[in-house]
Amino acid sequence: MSTLETSIQTSAEPLGRNELAALVARDIAPGSFVNLGIGQPTLVSNYLTEEQDITLHTENGMLGMGPEAVGEEVDGDLINAGKIPVTELPGASYFHHADSFAIMRGGHLDICVLGAFQVSAGGDLANWHTGAPDAIPAVGGAMDLATGAKDVFVMMTLLTREGVSKLVEQCSYPLTGVGCVTRVYTDKAVFLTGPDGVTVRETFGCTFEELQALVPLPLKPAVS
Amino acid sequence: MLTFADSVAEAVAGIKDGSTVMIGGFGNAGQPFELIDALLDSGATDLTVVNNNAGQGDQGLALLIKEGRVRKMICSFPRQSDSWHFDAKYKAGEIELELVPQGNLAERIRAAGAGIGGFFTPTGYGTMLAEGKETRFLDGKWQVFETPIHADVALIKALKADGKGNLVYRKTARNFGPIMAAAAKHSIVQVSEIVPVGALDPENIVTPGIYVNSVVRVASGNAPAAEQVA
Repeated sequence: MSTLETSIQTSAEPLGRNELAALVARDIAPGSFVNLGIGQPTLVSNYLTEEQDITLHTENGMLGMGPEAVGEEVDGDLINAGKIPVTELPGASYFHHADSFAIMRGGHLDICVLGAFQVSAGGDLANWHTGAPDAIPAVGGAMDLATGAKDVFVMMTLLTREGVSKLVEQCSYPLTGVGCVTRVYTDKAVFLTGPDGVTVRETFGCTFEELQALVPLPLKPAVS
Repeated sequence: MLTFADSVAEAVAGIKDGSTVMIGGFGNAGQPFELIDALLDSGATDLTVVNNNAGQGDQGLALLIKEGRVRKMICSFPRQSDSWHFDAKYKAGEIELELVPQGNLAERIRAAGAGIGGFFTPTGYGTMLAEGKETRFLDGKWQVFETPIHADVALIKALKADGKGNLVYRKTARNFGPIMAAAAKHSIVQVSEIVPVGALDPENIVTPGIYVNSVVRVASGNAPAAEQVA
């Protein structure tokens, strides 16, 4: 094993969903305005600290969203984009849908975190439609989030259940956005995507070489 | 002219077959259930409905779809765990769907209310939802031309109206209300409370009464709590 290979492996085991969420949370700069997508990205909110002072945006019309509502806090007029009852934090604000999407589309959000079916080497995102002919399509705010935020982080397992890499040369599923993804957080590695190709920031439970064997496109290890 | 209706039936009485109807709400929050029920009872049909979703469960917009009153849905997220009435109509080929990215839906509605003939946006560029649309390279990005969505009628839920039709909303139930009120030729609003002119702080009015045509008081209060939708 070369020193380069070992230098970017930061965990002996692949990361679980919660460990990955904690890692994403740690990587969010203090003071950021962030939108967390439905599903796995929502877990990130459990690991944001008070010191980070992160403001969460929910696209149905709120900044300063608090944790999921429980018991008597539940209010049908106060929900998140996943239609789950949530709470408001001090300093929260409400606005209508066009203003809420202007926050996204106008480039005002620092980071959005999304799930994905596939991400391409060039940062194309596919996360809204499997392309199955009998599927009822539903897009929601995915395309706006993908193209509007300053940074788009994806959280996903690296491999499908069949063991196929979801990081691909070209997406085969219908696209959500072109060249929009900047980082991909997976159970086996963190990838940085950009015009210079895909760089591996760190690996979990595998060496760089073992990772490269799983992914059908050329990877570069980050220089540490 | 602003009118105050005595009942939801009276408020929706003028909605004609074939109308385009914007319906406020995101999920159940802000969905004007009583106005939708009245529209169902009125028998109006062959409607084009603009909403973020395509109805959930067995109430509101979902029932309008179930009863075959909706010819076409313009929405961003029709498929949900409890959108069974839309799913059945769609699979049977009995309802048309125009699927619009959510921000485009909101901005196209806003554009209609603001008299804008169209706009370019990066959202959707390079995707199947932009196929066939004009594109331009502007401000360093490829952008797609989108057109306004106009409507004959908007059905909206707000918290309070004053005697001038000025509106305030409650929390995330605001969602599409303000932009739909501006985009439709005739806006019908259900509120929990009608207060005298001067009782709302002018600094805090969200929808000015100029956008409102008809107000009806419905005592139902807040949205049904705790829907769990994927």
